[in-house]
Amino acid sequence: MVLFAVLVWHLVVALAAGLLGRRMGRSVLLLGALAPAVALAASVALTGGALEGEVLRTSLAWVPGMDLTIELALDGFALLFWWVISGIGVLVMLYASRYFGQRDDLGRFTALLVTFAGAMLLLTSSDNVLGLFVAWELTSITSYLLIGFEDDKAAARSSALQALLVTGAGGLALLGGLVLLAQAAGTYQLSALLEAAPGGVAAEVGLALVLLGAMTKSAQVPFHFWLPGAMSAPTPVSAYLHSATMVKAGIYLLARFAPAFAPEVAWWTPTLLAVGGVTMLLGGYRALHATDLKALLAYGTVSQLGFIVLLVGHGDPEMLFAGVAVLVAHALFKATLFLSVGVVDHQAHTRDLRRLDGVGRALPVTAVAATIATASMAGVIPLLGFVSKEAALEAAIHLDSGTVLVAALITVGSVLTTAYGIRFVWGAFLRKPAGSHPEPVTAADVPAPKRSFEAPAALLAGLTVVLGPLLAPVDALVSLGATSLEPAADEFHLLLWHGFGPSLYLSLTALAGGYLLYRLPRLVTAAGRVTSRAPDMLDVYAAALRGLNRSADRTVSVVQPGSLPVYLGIILLTAVVLPLPMLLSAGAPQIAEFADSPIQVVVVGLVMAAALGAALVRRRLSAVLLLGGVGFSVAVLFVLQGAPDLALTQLLVETLSLGIFVLVLRRLPEEFEASTWRFGNGLRVAVSATVGVFVAGFALIAAGGRTGGTNAAEFLARAEPDGGGKNVVNVILTDFRALDTLGEITVLLVAAIGVVAIVRGGRDDDQGVDLEPPTAGDPASGDPASGDPTAGDPASGDPTAGDPAAADVPEEVAR
Amino acid sequence: MRPRPSLVLDSVLDVVLRTALLFSLFLLFAGHNSPGGGFVGGLTAAAALVLRFVAGGVPAVDELVPLRESRFLGGGLLLAALTGFGGWVWNDAFLGSAKVEQVVPALGTLKFTTALPFDIGVYLVVVGLVLAILRALGPDADDDTTTPPPAGEPTEVAS
Repeated sequence: MVLFAVLVWHLVVALAAGLLGRRMGRSVLLLGALAPAVALAASVALTGGALEGEVLRTSLAWVPGMDLTIELALDGFALLFWWVISGIGVLVMLYASRYFGQRDDLGRFTALLVTFAGAMLLLTSSDNVLGLFVAWELTSITSYLLIGFEDDKAAARSSALQALLVTGAGGLALLGGLVLLAQAAGTYQLSALLEAAPGGVAAEVGLALVLLGAMTKSAQVPFHFWLPGAMSAPTPVSAYLHSATMVKAGIYLLARFAPAFAPEVAWWTPTLLAVGGVTMLLGGYRALHATDLKALLAYGTVSQLGFIVLLVGHGDPEMLFAGVAVLVAHALFKATLFLSVGVVDHQAHTRDLRRLDGVGRALPVTAVAATIATASMAGVIPLLGFVSKEAALEAAIHLDSGTVLVAALITVGSVLTTAYGIRFVWGAFLRKPAGSHPEPVTAADVPAPKRSFEAPAALLAGLTVVLGPLLAPVDALVSLGATSLEPAADEFHLLLWHGFGPSLYLSLTALAGGYLLYRLPRLVTAAGRVTSRAPDMLDVYAAALRGLNRSADRTVSVVQPGSLPVYLGIILLTAVVLPLPMLLSAGAPQIAEFADSPIQVVVVGLVMAAALGAALVRRRLSAVLLLGGVGFSVAVLFVLQGAPDLALTQLLVETLSLGIFVLVLRRLPEEFEASTWRFGNGLRVAVSATVGVFVAGFALIAAGGRTGGTNAAEFLARAEPDGGGKNVVNVILTDFRALDTLGEITVLLVAAIGVVAIVRGGRDDDQGVDLEPPTAGDPASGDPASGDPTAGDPASGDPTAGDPAAADVPEEVAR
Repeated sequence: MRPRPSLVLDSVLDVVLRTALLFSLFLLFAGHNSPGGGFVGGLTAAAALVLRFVAGGVPAVDELVPLRESRFLGGGLLLAALTGFGGWVWNDAFLGSAKVEQVVPALGTLKFTTALPFDIGVYLVVVGLVLAILRALGPDADDDTTTPPPAGEPTEVAS
């Protein structure tokens, strides 16, 4: 129940933040911090039990009839994620409350961020694959909304869309994969599915799809390109979603699946080794060339994610253990770096490392924190990053096969990491040679930030330092996480000092090599020539999108010619043709009785006369009135059959339709036009006659074709005791079939939006869809909720405005 | 094509309008036990709105219902959905209904089921839909001497 309570709490806080945002100003972010704070407290409280091997489980029957259950299970690995999500979540919220200026859409921001945190907690603790998928999609959607938070900027919108398309496509693949695997395993429970580890073609296809989903989410080559684009998000979002948590969701999945499937599926380990390795090298290489500090960090994140994928995807227990350690270390140092960049950006109003000139002197706390984090990332003794990298190298050396390859990959990756790390510190904080940029931003231009703004980064950097030598807490957590994935991982522990051995030498080599590479960038120009030949994934993405739009245009021009008679004809003929075989096989209709009473004959005669008249008259208004006559006569028929409810409804619907028809008719010519096509009129008559004959025959046959009984007796009997009403029709609508009714009124709502959109959209293009009537006398019509939330607030202090580095962000793809 | 003022229509309107709206509420509340219900009640109210529109155009409708249709549509759907969640929480099934009996002084015993708020939601959505249609399609009929055309509306309308 604790788990549910934490998740529901996130929902409550998100709602409250959304509602109170306007009133609370920046302090709404402090309200938001309450959500991860509670999650953090729960994680702390649950760790004791988890260390004793306890797995907290809860389940809630959701739709019992369909075996849909919300199942939560918090094992060691999930708990590790909860620590990271909630711990960094609290810091990011506090940080964001200093990062933003006064603006009135912070409620929306906080609500989204808290929703994301809740979704991430659900993702990592769901023991049902469908629940996991729902949470997965929720993180994609909140990520989309947060990347595009500055929605008045085209670059933010297009990179948000790009991230959504890539991760959304991956989400679809994931859903397909999970369903295939679950069907093969016969269970939708994640833990049971992993235990069963089903084999066979379908399961392997499913596994490949799951892998695809994980690769998109964790920005692995060739899907890496969305992550640098996602840097248009406000920096707290980059720090939280796009380095510490969301991009780890793919890794979470791989880590869960690898121990179960790596030994069973031959292609698993080589594939992940290749994907992780290429991503690690490509990301590191690109980071060496980025000029936007956030883009540099984003490519660095891509590289580190590749590193972790290589480790956790391998399937070897020690590699898995090392992967979990790197995951924790990365969350700490990368979040620090992003938070530091946010401070630089906020104070100096640029992230271009060519412009920043010696800003470190104005931001000493941030500069020191970022330098420590960078050192940890590069693997400098005795920081946490070093410890985790040692674990990875040790694991690689102990491998049975492929030792040299894996160790070499890690070492080369570390060389790149060191090089771009130095480049980052130099670019952000150090002095540049005079005249290297026409408009440098120097320490004198940078005002000192508030202490509380710098504190979160400093705190995280402090953790990186302290947790290096004092390994016990991290070791316990990492060991707990790795062991819950793979029991064989319990023999491994983090060590600060492995002694003089190959892993230490490789670490030192990486540091030295990285420094050399930074000093001598020409060393990598050869690599640049090779990679420049490979297609840029951004171009591939843009071309794919253009192709999609083109083929959609072509399809639409074929299936939507814009002719109402054609649409109607196709719909009617389909309705006739499809059920026809079944109807013909049912045999001739049996007519039991011609009519119940003479008056029925009279009323039906009226219906027929009115219908015929409607088909023959030339004026539209007359046709509509005659059609109304048909409807009213049918209502009389209902009365005769003893169905007052039906008759009442029919009467009212007819009345309303008449009124609305008149509204529409004013826009149409007074008389019907004959078809311009020679056979048009004949065809219309033929189609109408066919449909008429078919429907009549259908009604006759269907009425005689009932084999089972009806529900009528049951409904009549249950209406009063179960539904509490004497009117069976209403009890059915509001109780027995209430879900249908709910669906129907949803359709009504959609129809209303559709009507307004079509009418307004046709009338003025610049306003587009707007549900509010411009003439409404509502005193609240000036409610700014309906307006653009960000426009007209020049004081919102957008830190990235006018940043030349925005050029790093892809242009909106033109159709 | 603005409807010409008609003495008969105007005099009858007041009486009919009130009666129809009251009757729609009656149908809504009585619906669980006798013919009626949220849908039928909503249609009745909507018919009254159409009548109001025929007699006075969109301004008259706005005067009668000074709320935006989105309030009706969203509020109705929200109410219906919340009723469903209520059934989930208290009655173990989404949209499961429960009976409530309450003795109210001066009124006697009040009996209703949770189907009522659900029905009210349906009522609101139906009214909102017709309101949306009237406001979207209606304005073209207004002539520009009685009301200035709202911003963004074309002043010349082909008829």
